[in-house]
Amino acid sequence: MKNKIAVKVDDLTVAYNYKPVLWDIDLEIPEGVLMAIVGPNGAGKSTLIKSILGILKPIAGSVTIYDKPYEKQRQLVAYVPQKGSVDWDFPTTALDVVKMGTYGSLGWIKRPGQKEKKAALEALEKVGMLPFKNRQISQLSGGQQQRIFLARALVQNAAIYFMDEPFQGVDATTEIAIINILKELRKAGKTVIVVHHDLQTVPEYFDWVTFLNVKKIATGPVKDIFNDDNLTKTYGINYKVSIQE
Amino acid sequence: MLGSFAVLRKQSLLGDAISHAALPGIAIAFLLTGAKDSNTLLLGALVSGLLGTFWIRGIIKKTHLKSDTALGLILSLFFGFGMLLLTFIQKQPNANQAGLDKYLFGQAATLLESDVWMMAIVTGICLFVLLLFWKEFKILLFDADYTKTLGFNTKIIDILITSFIVLAIVLGLQTVGVVLMSAMLLAPAAAARQWTNSLSIMVFLAALFGAFSGVFGTAISASQNNLSTGPVIVIVASVFVLFSFVFSPSRGLLFKQIRFIKNRRDLQLHKTLAFMYNIVESHENISHPHAIKILNNFQGYTKGTLQKLVSKNYVVLQGNMWSLTEDGFKTAANLYSQQTDNNE
Repeated sequence: MKNKIAVKVDDLTVAYNYKPVLWDIDLEIPEGVLMAIVGPNGAGKSTLIKSILGILKPIAGSVTIYDKPYEKQRQLVAYVPQKGSVDWDFPTTALDVVKMGTYGSLGWIKRPGQKEKKAALEALEKVGMLPFKNRQISQLSGGQQQRIFLARALVQNAAIYFMDEPFQGVDATTEIAIINILKELRKAGKTVIVVHHDLQTVPEYFDWVTFLNVKKIATGPVKDIFNDDNLTKTYGINYKVSIQE
Repeated sequence: MLGSFAVLRKQSLLGDAISHAALPGIAIAFLLTGAKDSNTLLLGALVSGLLGTFWIRGIIKKTHLKSDTALGLILSLFFGFGMLLLTFIQKQPNANQAGLDKYLFGQAATLLESDVWMMAIVTGICLFVLLLFWKEFKILLFDADYTKTLGFNTKIIDILITSFIVLAIVLGLQTVGVVLMSAMLLAPAAAARQWTNSLSIMVFLAALFGAFSGVFGTAISASQNNLSTGPVIVIVASVFVLFSFVFSPSRGLLFKQIRFIKNRRDLQLHKTLAFMYNIVESHENISHPHAIKILNNFQGYTKGTLQKLVSKNYVVLQGNMWSLTEDGFKTAANLYSQQTDNNE
């Protein structure tokens, strides 16, 4: 184990109607890791993130961020939702969306000013979207929309980042650009948690991994636990990923 | 104005449900007080409108029913109940009862000066709250989950928006009536959306369209006998919508079609040029003439496209033969790379 524990989940259980989606999850995520959450469809990957962030209400369990309840530590946490979760035809521009990242620190009623605009422009620059700042968001490609979402989270300047499938439906260029930003975040000591689908890229992108299928199967360093045994336990079938080294 | 929010929330029908749900409130308020004072009646409308709205919310949240089902259910339930009460009231031996049905289709002519003041004040309050919570409204509409993670209480923002939509509808009831009110709410917003990609401009335009249809509709109905104001206002608003759908420069049907046809033509031209380029390329001399007949093998080719290429100085014709000019050759060679640039 390295460093402090950034996120700690205790006995988390979540259900839609009768069927439990997450069952008794205990999870400790150390500070400064770049972690993938993997598992089959319906394993509760997105649900786990949403429950940690208080978007969904769990039936039982608690979440602490740096040893304090999540509610008191919100400003330390940034969230990148799935790209498909919003209506991109909404009448607004790329810069405006990124500015939304500053709303949390502004609080009620106060409007974003010059300082917030500057921060938003810097974030746009980081994700390589500065030339598109005044573009209507419906006229951005899928990859560009994902970058905008990432920029919005970067503006929050958080310690912990939660991302829900940031590589879904983006091209190779964007994927590389995003993973480079994530690696930079890790270098800066931030903790990054990513719901991920592509098993092939796990060893290349991440240093920490959690296997999830309603229950937690395993969690730990990629080099120790990313093996056929855990993959088979998670995905049910006899899964063979020959890790290319 | 507030309709913009309803449209963007994809809850357009909510307005319809609310206005219908307001009807029993009016009837009950009349039964309880026996007065026809519009403020009292509208208060009843407000209460039952809110009640209906939060029922709809509850149904969507707690059951598996889709939102349109829930809306339809509450709409017909409340409206049916309201009509029942109205007929009951009409059978009562009370001279005061006449005129309640004006809330069905609205009657701007029955507006008193005090009603107008009331509307102005409430509109002012709405405007103030809208400006105050602009940021919160905007982000909730765009991405509710994200708003929650920022630490905002999304429930409060949500209730605030919904309450104001209900308030706006109830105020409009007297003018336009239960049945047509949702059109009044949505039409200006739908029209405004066509013209702009900015939320603030959209809200402003919606307010403008709404006000204009109100004034214009009233003027038309006043100039003719037997034209009731409410429906005329709604028709004027609908004309705005129709006009916007067809003529808006970026989203309108007309310009979309024009752009579509123009793009097709350009592509056809380029394809023909590319085809010629392939033929020319096989010869050493660029300006070596070829028979026009060869082009007949190519699907996109017509005499028109050839003429166009000539007029652009890409092609020179000599009798039955054609040849590419230097300019045409260069353009054709760059076509492919240009197209990839355009896709960026």
